[in-house]
Amino acid sequence: MGGLQKKKYERGSATNYITRNKARKKLQLSLADFRRLCILKGIYPHEPKHKKKVNKGSTAPRTFYLFKDIRFLLHEPIVRKFREYKVFVRKLRKAYGKAEWTGVERLRDNKPGYKLDHIIKERYPTFIDALRDIDDALSMCFLFSTFARTGKCHVQTITLCRRLTVEWMNYVVTSRSLRKVFLSIKGIYYQAEVLGQLITWLVPYQFAHDHPTDVDYRVMATFTEMYTTLFGFINFRLYQTLNLVYPPKVTQYLDLTCIVFITQQKLSALSASLARVVATAEEEENQLDLFPTEGEDQENMQAREKEQKEQEAQKRLFEGLKFFLNREVPRESLAFILRCFGAEVSWDKSLCIGGTYEVTDETITHQIVDRPDMDKQYINRYYIQPQWVFDSVNAQMRLPVEDYFLGTTLPPHLSPFVEEKDGDYVPPEKLKLMALQRGEKPGKSRDEEEEDEEEEEEDDEEEDDVDDEELTEEKNLKKMEGTRAQGKTLAVKVTPGKVKPWETGSVGNKVRLEQEEKAEEKRLAIMMMKKKEKYLYDKIMFGKKRTTREVSSLRCAPAKPTSQSPDLNLILRCCGRT
Amino acid sequence: MRTVNLESQKNGTMSKAKEKSAKKRVVEEDDDQLPIFDKDVTEKKAGEEDDADLSDSEESVFSGLEDSESDSHDEEEDAEEGDDEEDDDDAVILDEILTKSSGVETATEPPATDKNTPTDIRNTVGNIPMEWYQDYPHIGYNLDGKKIFKPIRNKDELDEFLDKMENPDYWRTVHDKTTASDIRLSDEQVDLVHRLQKGQFGDVNFNEYEPSVDFFTNEVMIHPVTNRPQDKRSFIPSLIEKEKVSKLVHAIKMGWIKPRKPKETTPQYYDLWAKEDPNAILGRHKMHVPAPKMRLPGHEESYNPPPEYLLTEEERMAWEQQDAEDRKLPFLPQKHSCLRAVPAFSRFIHERFERCLDLYLCPRQRKMRVNVNPEDLIPKLPKPKDLQPFPTTMSLVYIGHSSLVRSISASPTGQWLVSGSDDCTVRFWEVNTGRCMKTLEVGGAVKSVAWNPNPAVCLVAVCFESTVLLLNPGLGDRLVVSSTDQLITSYEPPEEDKEQAVTWALSEGPEHDNGHRLTLTHPKAVKQVVWHGKGDYLASVMPDNSSNLQVLIHQVSKRRTQNPFRKNKGLVQCVSFHPLRPYFFVATQRYVRVYNLIKQELTKKLMTNCKWISSMAIHPGGDNLICGSYDCRLAWFDLDLSTKPYKMLRHHKKALRGVAYHKHYPLFASGADDGSVIICHGMVYNDLLQNPLIVPVKVLKGHQITHDLGVLDVTFHPTQPWVFSSGADATIRLFT
Repeated sequence: MGGLQKKKYERGSATNYITRNKARKKLQLSLADFRRLCILKGIYPHEPKHKKKVNKGSTAPRTFYLFKDIRFLLHEPIVRKFREYKVFVRKLRKAYGKAEWTGVERLRDNKPGYKLDHIIKERYPTFIDALRDIDDALSMCFLFSTFARTGKCHVQTITLCRRLTVEWMNYVVTSRSLRKVFLSIKGIYYQAEVLGQLITWLVPYQFAHDHPTDVDYRVMATFTEMYTTLFGFINFRLYQTLNLVYPPKVTQYLDLTCIVFITQQKLSALSASLARVVATAEEEENQLDLFPTEGEDQENMQAREKEQKEQEAQKRLFEGLKFFLNREVPRESLAFILRCFGAEVSWDKSLCIGGTYEVTDETITHQIVDRPDMDKQYINRYYIQPQWVFDSVNAQMRLPVEDYFLGTTLPPHLSPFVEEKDGDYVPPEKLKLMALQRGEKPGKSRDEEEEDEEEEEEDDEEEDDVDDEELTEEKNLKKMEGTRAQGKTLAVKVTPGKVKPWETGSVGNKVRLEQEEKAEEKRLAIMMMKKKEKYLYDKIMFGKKRTTREVSSLRCAPAKPTSQSPDLNLILRCCGRT
Repeated sequence: MRTVNLESQKNGTMSKAKEKSAKKRVVEEDDDQLPIFDKDVTEKKAGEEDDADLSDSEESVFSGLEDSESDSHDEEEDAEEGDDEEDDDDAVILDEILTKSSGVETATEPPATDKNTPTDIRNTVGNIPMEWYQDYPHIGYNLDGKKIFKPIRNKDELDEFLDKMENPDYWRTVHDKTTASDIRLSDEQVDLVHRLQKGQFGDVNFNEYEPSVDFFTNEVMIHPVTNRPQDKRSFIPSLIEKEKVSKLVHAIKMGWIKPRKPKETTPQYYDLWAKEDPNAILGRHKMHVPAPKMRLPGHEESYNPPPEYLLTEEERMAWEQQDAEDRKLPFLPQKHSCLRAVPAFSRFIHERFERCLDLYLCPRQRKMRVNVNPEDLIPKLPKPKDLQPFPTTMSLVYIGHSSLVRSISASPTGQWLVSGSDDCTVRFWEVNTGRCMKTLEVGGAVKSVAWNPNPAVCLVAVCFESTVLLLNPGLGDRLVVSSTDQLITSYEPPEEDKEQAVTWALSEGPEHDNGHRLTLTHPKAVKQVVWHGKGDYLASVMPDNSSNLQVLIHQVSKRRTQNPFRKNKGLVQCVSFHPLRPYFFVATQRYVRVYNLIKQELTKKLMTNCKWISSMAIHPGGDNLICGSYDCRLAWFDLDLSTKPYKMLRHHKKALRGVAYHKHYPLFASGADDGSVIICHGMVYNDLLQNPLIVPVKVLKGHQITHDLGVLDVTFHPTQPWVFSSGADATIRLFT
């Protein structure tokens, strides 16, 4: 009795969230400014658990932010800068309108700007945090550095992005931290291991972009603004770890050759050697301290040591090789990769500055060529296609060059990022590669795989002989597919109840009988499942089925017409008719 | 300066004009005209240069004037009529002239001679619409104030035509409305028209491109423009300025004013994390969910993927037809023979942009994904092996019926089986051999058969259409057969004959030889017959939603029939007697009602949670009940526990048709339209605290599905753990 009636939506989750519009009003910012602030501060919406409660009874679709986040934004000094900028624009417009040119000049000189340093520090309290989040920054900066000066963004941004990416690549080259590379249809993926963090980035192929109209470049520019700041600080720190001065000499070089196009800048920078530091850095890494260890630790230690050795070997993958890049290959990426693994690289002088030796150099061991044929060939060097470099890096060994010779059909290029689990489909090329890595002789190829398949098929047939009680889950699925293919009439069938003498006779049959019994038991138990659990179980099994189906479809796929020669197809068809 | 310039300019023009005029004087000796207006000058000049004859030029001036006047007239008129027509009209006039000119110019050269020198008739009415003079003979007044008369006869179209044909000057003739006369344009006038049409100046001699003469000269003159002496302040230093300068100097001295710093163009970087403290994380960042990284590419994204990752034609078509969101791959895998051939990825910027949007627009959530082992979800049940015996294999098939077998029933000894089918026959089988012992033709499709459970009586109840037939199959022990016959014949009709709902008739003659004993003719079609456990009472069901006469209970020994219900409680599906106590179970579409026959009251109403009950069976203990329904469910009721189902079993894929309990073994079976019979272990404990244990032990398959019907009825062998099932494929099967 008594007491005030509790009002709805005045406590609890309704007060923990705030809609976007309300947040905007509270911050007194325009939508564009609010968006920028959210991007810079890394604030993202939240999905409340009980939307209706938070929405005060309404079910209208709204974006919710945490109220604490917005309150946190209220104290952001950048908000004031935004307002100042707004005022500045207003004043400038007025001065223009009144044609007060001195006023315009004065205003221009005092244009308010802001720095993002404190935001970076706040968002990434430790260096490792920042390094973990650098993937997007790298991809974005690499994209922006390929933009032409078409007015999609400020020229300063483009040059800054160029500078930062060049510095990054130089760091990767110097620290030899590149691990994996992948030529995809989107661009080139690189993966480097920097201070224990795996960092992946994507660089588009060197083409002019046709800028889409449905992309808001302001959003991208805001992100880039934040990323360049972050990236610069990270570069500084990374250079510091290598005992290098930041900004490096490269930058000066870069500034000197400002007139030259972007790739050339990067390349020239890359060919500038930082050899002095490299040596010291490597020596340090080579020594692994030994600690007194026992039992499992020792095993771990050994494994770690082995890994370390492998990594060291990978770092020296191309050491001692001398490469020459032909005109038509992507110079920048290849030079970057080859230098990351200790090779010497050069290219034609007429193409770009920075080439250190000529084609005529007799000591060149590999020439990378991407054309069907060459007129003049030197006998003491390999003419290989660029994929060899990428595949070798991913395989962590120098692959045999025969498959990659000039004009030969290339073997498929596999993604190094795929890690197959049990039951996943492994392409035959990968199996071959794994065998090669183990040190086995190549010789088996797709034939081996086919044999495997045949064996499996035999298994299937055997199962068909038995009745529909399956041995394992996977085979169950296969069987189902088989029966589906054969027709539905087979599905419902009970064998006549006669005692089979062979069933009791041999040991194998006994085992089979037992397994059948178990399968039956399981099926009956599944029938007794509760509705909720059944649903979950069905879902899990559906997912499993789907993966196995995908795998089997991939396994069957090599017989596709695209992979076969037309003649063979024709022959097969003829055979089918006769 | 400015004034000076102006003056000089004026002087310049003056001098020019003077020059010109002097020239004129020389040529024409026209002394008293002051050449103030350039136009006049030029006109005069034109006149001079036009040396054909002077009079003509003068006339041209006049006629030009006239022309302009008339034009303005025209315009006025048009303005009255409607402003929008104005331009059009002008254009029309011009066009007319043009066509005329072009038409004739080609034909004949216009004669240069001027024969007609018209008298000066000028209308003085002014700028008025000429319609005002429509009704008058005159058209206005000339300069002398005389009336100008209209021509006596207006030209009609014929005249016009003749004129057009004959008059060589027709093309240069223009009608003047103010004087109502035709004016022949002179050469100059025609020329003028042409020039105007071309957009040139009217005057031939006007030069549009005369060299420009600066208004002000750039030369500095010696003399000032004004003679005003300079101000004093112009040579005394300003005090205010001095003050300002001294202030600035002071500020600079004091270091208040500094030179403007050069703008920083390149951002400055330093070691931001020099003093990093991992503990100094803001509270907000504890809840922070870091953005998930981009998915790493698989083999299919390679520029040269293995061939199995490429899409076939059909897959590609399907991919193209899918919505962008539904696609499993956001791109089409492609194979390029060499790196050189790889094009730019068109959606690169899009993808990056989408990633940006994801980063700042998408709510982030930590999803706890429980890694459930599916094996753990499967309940642990006792092994079916431990629950034996139960039927596992099909051992016998009873073949003989030609249509679906609706109902089967086993004799209490377990030696015989009776089946009723849609082919209007009732067959008796020997269970062990599968032999058909007897076939009886009845008058309709048999809906239900029931063997009398009393082993001392050999009677089978068969229902078809609206008849229930009691048969004595004559199988088994001869003593029992004869005693049954005796039992039926020993009936003595009571003295007072009561009106009954059914008519009891004793069979005689050939029917008797066939085994027919009693015929109960019902008012409506009968669907089911059920015996009471003692074998004296018999219940028949006549489903009808509109009356209370749906269930009848008959007593065979007294040939008595009674209708236990006064009210209609819904369409009755099936009925059953309690095996031990005087209870009666009636299943309507959704409920099962339990009546006490002695107290004549409703004891329980069981909610089945089913849509439509198809069959029902009572546990021999009498405390449990199963209900099969057309919506694939089987409900187990524990009558002591609740009126709601103790367990709902959804084992079948299709509608259940029959359920049955075993008399001795803890087994129950259900048959459904999916052609399977599922045997479950249903253990009922004597201990009231322990709930029944239900374990499915076997799925028996064998019946073919015909017309979407599978198993229609199941029944257990009374002594053995065997189950019979009858199906729509006209067979009865025995599973042992």
